Formats: sequence, structure tokens, C-alpha cells
Amino acid sequence: MGSEPRIRVEDVSVTYRTSLDASPTLRSTVLRLGRREKVVREIQALRDVSFEVPERQVLGVVGANGAGKSTLMRTVAGILPPNSGRVEVHGRVSTLLALGVGFNGKMTGRQNVVLGGLAAGLSREQLQEKYDEIVAFAELEEFMDMPMRTYSSGMYGRLAFAVAVTMEPEILLIDEALSVGDARFRKKSFRKMRQLCGEDRTIVLVTHALGSIKQLCDAAIWLHRGELRMWDEPDAVVDAYTEFLEVGEDAFTMEDV
Amino acid sequence: MSSAPATHDHPPREDEFTSERHVYEPHKIGLPPVAPYLRELWRRREFAREMSRTNLRAQHFNTVFGQLWLILNPLMLAGVYFVLVDILRSGSRGADFFAHLMAGLFAYYFVSDAVRLSVKSVTGGGRLILNTAFPRALLPLSGVLTSFMRFLPTIAIYVPVHLIAGLPIEPVLLWVLPLTALMVVLAAGAAMLVASLQVYFRDLKNFLPYLLRVWLYASPVLYYADEVPDRYDILLALNPLGGLLTAWSDVINQGRAPDASSLALASGWAFGIFLAGALFFMSREREFAVRL
Repeated sequence: MGSEPRIRVEDVSVTYRTSLDASPTLRSTVLRLGRREKVVREIQALRDVSFEVPERQVLGVVGANGAGKSTLMRTVAGILPPNSGRVEVHGRVSTLLALGVGFNGKMTGRQNVVLGGLAAGLSREQLQEKYDEIVAFAELEEFMDMPMRTYSSGMYGRLAFAVAVTMEPEILLIDEALSVGDARFRKKSFRKMRQLCGEDRTIVLVTHALGSIKQLCDAAIWLHRGELRMWDEPDAVVDAYTEFLEVGEDAFTMEDV
Repeated sequence: MSSAPATHDHPPREDEFTSERHVYEPHKIGLPPVAPYLRELWRRREFAREMSRTNLRAQHFNTVFGQLWLILNPLMLAGVYFVLVDILRSGSRGADFFAHLMAGLFAYYFVSDAVRLSVKSVTGGGRLILNTAFPRALLPLSGVLTSFMRFLPTIAIYVPVHLIAGLPIEPVLLWVLPLTALMVVLAAGAAMLVASLQVYFRDLKNFLPYLLRVWLYASPVLYYADEVPDRYDILLALNPLGGLLTAWSDVINQGRAPDASSLALASGWAFGIFLAGALFFMSREREFAVRL
């Protein structure tokens, strides 16, 4: 290694405002304002997080729900720029954040793959080249010309996983994707992951499957309520996190004080 | 393979895909860096093209009956409005007015369809917005492109009406080109504006049709701009399409160059709305991923 890190996250904080209504309307906003209620809520998703991912490292990310894992992935992918701090990424990124392809259920699988790829900045030729490989990996040959609303959630996941890993990214961001499809596809995707981990790639992997963090990763970080709790060897992080989960938060924070 | 020194600071130009350096920092004054934004937007124009092609295909744009419908629908609309206005005017309208009505309706429908098609472009872009980093402005702009593609065949329907009405064909008609460009600018701005407002007010799409209908009635389409009484002149000035459609009819129907005031009004509104829409959209864009 020794070269520059592929991903460098420096003192990154992310806050965002989100509306209290699931689907905000002019009507509800006016009503809330009339009652002098708050319309938006500010969420501090990440606080001064810093870490680096060197070339060819597989970094695991653990943390409870709402710890900021997905926000961190979106920030590294450039989807949600930080409010302070700096993120530097060297290399072409492919994201599999919470399963990305399939934004429009009315369009066919093929149209979704093409449009998703074009939006991600791939050229038509690159997509053409990879298309068959994607379909073959996802094993969805006879479904590609059907609207994606007819897909089962497992089929969605398979297609998304296939797109992300087939595009030969140098940096792969994976959020909870190892658990898609049936047992057979899961095995296949785990094998593929293992193969990708062994190749010349940098991978950031968010998962609740702690076993796969131990098996696949070279390092791990633990996020807790938007803060970086730990950055160490995977075994150490997973053990500490497991202990935290067993002991429960109260005891742990007591000990922390 | 691992011993290759990884100096990716200056990636070779021809290989910009495999080696990219991205830096993400807080946005200054709430806007993403404009030059790279526009560069990325242009680089991914193929997306907007594919998106509108896919949508047109879904509307059967490429089938015989789909095309026929695209032609019949505005033709019937123009017919209905003509009869309506002619009755109100106790039967004093002729073929030249029908030509004015048609040209105005088609121009108006280009702009209003662009707005209508774009309003849900961001809120409907769910997973794509959540999971891919790309200039979001591509979504409303592809709605404008779709609308423009539907506008083009209506020109072919208009031409015979123009000829039958005995309207002149003169070089002054070339004014149509800059005026169409202004309509595109206006449509793009309005599309970005409504697409971002829809994120905050999801009921916008429900009352948009009413706003668009009022917009049609306030525009010099069902009547000539000259016929507007003085006390309503202000409506034409306040209507973003007022000056533009006045100039449009002057050029196409009256065979005269547009006067300076309607030109100034038309470009002022078009560029004003474009700037407002683009700046608002870009400054809000970061929030889209957490607001959906």
C-alpha cells in the first residue's frame, strides 16, 4: 500500500433538515405555521467523522439503526455533500446504497438499467458492453423487458447487485446488499464479493451481518449516533460492538463516563 | 500488479472514467460549484435524451395511432376553442383567426406540457436521487425535451392552416426561431421551479392544472393582444407568456416584426424565470436526497 488513500474523510459533519410530514403539502405547512408548530426537524447525522480507506482495503461499517451509516455512504458517494469537513475520493465509484436501480416501476428492467447507468455517468457503449453480463449475473433474462413493478423485492435486489458489481468500479460502496435474493443468490453474491475483495478494489461495506465483516474486511469502523466510536481491526470492532449490543446502551455509556 | 505506483493525481485524459478524483466540500452560498455542475450536466445529456425517449415510447409516440392522437388532440382542441370564441363573438371570426388560435395554442401547450411533465420529475425520481450522484436538473430538463418533441409535429399541422388562411410567407417568419428559443428558456426555468417546489409541497401537482388553465386564459391565445382593453394591459405584462405570445402572433399571423416592448417583456420574463428556477433548483438540490 503506502500510496495515497482512496477515500479520505476529514472532520465531516452532515446535518440536514427534513420535514415532519411524510409527504409535506402546502396545506399542512400553512396549518402547522398557523398553529406555530415546527415544520422541519434538523437532524445531525454525522459529527466530525474522520477516517481513511487505503487502496485495496475492504472497510466494514457497523452501527445501530440511525447511527449515520447510510448518510456516511451518501456523503462518500457525493450524493449528500458535507456541511463541514472534506471528503476526497480517488477513483470511479459505484454505489449500491440501499439498492439503487429501479427508480421507476413503470419502466422495464432494461430501461432502468440504462437510465441508471447514464445518470451515473457511464456511456452508452459501456452499458452495451456490460448489459448481457449484468442480466446473466442477476439471472433475470426473461424479466428484463417487463415493468419493474412486476418484480419481486428479491429480483430488485439481484438486479441492483448485478449492476453495481459488473460495472467494475474501483471503489464499491455497499449498503446492506449481501442479504438480497434467496439462499442460492446470497451464496453467489457472497462469492462475488469475496472475489471483488481479493481484486484491486477498495470497498466500503455496511452490514448488520457481523460475521461477514470478520470474514471479508481488513478494517472496520463503528458509528454511534453520528460519531466515530472506533476504527480498528475488524475482529476488535465487531467484538466491542457485540459487547455493546449485549450489555445495553445504559451500562455502556456509564462505563464510558 | 500491486507494485504499480498509484499516482492518480493527474489521470490521463483519455481514461477519465477509470481514474477520477472527487472532492466533496460544503457548498458555498448554498450552491454547488457551478462550472463543474454544468460540465457534468452536459456530459450526461444522453440521460435526458434517453429519459424523454422512454417516456415518449410509453405514450406510444412511435406508433401510428400515437402520432395520430398527437395531431388530432391539438386539432380538436383548436376547433373547440374556435367555435367557442366565434360564438362569443357572434360569428365574426375567420380563417386567419383560426391560424392565430392554433399557433398560440401549440406554443402555449409546449410550455405548459413542459411544466406539467416536470412537476413530478424529482419526487418521482426516488431511488435514482437517493442513490446516484448526478446533476438533478437533468430530470426536469428531460421533461422539457419530451414536451419539445411533442411540439415539433404540431408545426406540420399548422403549416397547411397557414396556407389555407392565405397568410403570407415572408422572411419575417424567421423571428419564429428566436421566439421558440425564448419559449424553451422559459419552459426550462418554470420546469425546474415547479419540480423543486413539488418536493416541499406535494399538493402542488393537484392545483397545477388550474393554474395552467388560468395561464391559458390570461394569454393572448383565445384573443388578439390588440383587443385587450387598456385596463387589462397589466395582465399581459404580468403574464410570463404575455409578451412572448404577442410577439409570436405578430410574426406568424400579422406578418410583422415584433415590437420592442413585447420583445423586452418576453426576454425579461424568460431569462428571469430561468435564472430563478435554475438557482432555486440548484440551491435546493442537496436536500432532495433527504426530503423524498
